[in-house]
Amino acid sequence: MVSSETIQAIQARFPSAEITEFRKQFRVCVPREIVHDVLRFLKDECGFTLIIDITCVDYLYYPKAKDRFGVVYIVGRPENADRLIVKTFVNDPEPTLPTVTDLWEGARWLEREVWDMFGIRFEGHANLRRILLPEDFQDHPLRKDYPLQGRGERHNIPVVTRDLG
Amino acid sequence: MTRMTDLPDNVVITKLDALVNWCRKNSLWPMPFATACCGIELMATGASRHDIARFGAEVFRFSPRQCDLMIVAGRVVMKMMPVLQRIWLQMHEPKWCISMGACASTGGVFDTYAVVQGIDRFIPVDMYVPGCPPRPEQLLQAIIDLQEKIQREGSAWGKDVERRPHQPPRALLADPKNPRLLVAGPPIFAQDEAANKWDTGKRGESPDS
Repeated sequence: MVSSETIQAIQARFPSAEITEFRKQFRVCVPREIVHDVLRFLKDECGFTLIIDITCVDYLYYPKAKDRFGVVYIVGRPENADRLIVKTFVNDPEPTLPTVTDLWEGARWLEREVWDMFGIRFEGHANLRRILLPEDFQDHPLRKDYPLQGRGERHNIPVVTRDLG
Repeated sequence: MTRMTDLPDNVVITKLDALVNWCRKNSLWPMPFATACCGIELMATGASRHDIARFGAEVFRFSPRQCDLMIVAGRVVMKMMPVLQRIWLQMHEPKWCISMGACASTGGVFDTYAVVQGIDRFIPVDMYVPGCPPRPEQLLQAIIDLQEKIQREGSAWGKDVERRPHQPPRALLADPKNPRLLVAGPPIFAQDEAANKWDTGKRGESPDS
């Protein structure tokens, strides 16, 4: 559990952060303009030296949602196994966030995956291209407006017949 | 002139084609392309209890150049399909393919953007095995049926390959009005010969893009 001193330090430094608690898990919601500063503060001054995951939620059909995409950073403090969730929101068109690869090298693949699946662009990422899907894939399939069966991409593979081989 | 009845008992007369086919069908070398739980049943088929060696197909090789029977066991995703095609093309003629299980044959429950809905849309398939996953007995039955097919169809000098009617794959026959197939208009492979070759690296445009 993250200590209350750490939470207070975050709140004092960034008054616009909304910190909520659920079952001893803290979640820090911040505007997208300061998310990089918050993460830098957590890494440099609070000891969260580990990036555990970066992922994204598409709130497209949520009735009460104000923003479309919620990008979630999970950071860890290896000394006492603390985990903290930092969340920020981005919107269409061209949802963009600053990269955190300058803080954690391990964020490279995580950001590539978020780009691949949700189309969130991370500015400053050295090699932001698809990581899981084929390079010529046209869309971002975990967006909620993308059809479950796809848009015919899987029919785009060349056909091998008996004549060929 | 010697008549058949004059031959000693240990001489058998047959056609060369039949002899060659008899050799081929009883010495299938499988290439296990196992991507999912069907692969576990495939391993069980190869193990002692079900003993695929009873049908001469026990020599599993992981090099396609040494195999003549590809067993696709499990789902194949879009990104894996070029790999599967390359392995298939690396195998020597005569070669056969068994599509094992619901996922390899139809996509199974994985009707998503990434999973190929039946490998027979993109490579030739000789035998389909139903089941999720199939029992080893079902795979053995498929091998027995394939042996019958080999005995019936093959020829020593490959004339059957020349005579083989060109059957367009199922994807080319797809009804464009069927919404489940999600193909808008005629498929791109039929029009573009260059895109039909696996090694050009060229892919067609998505019909929707």
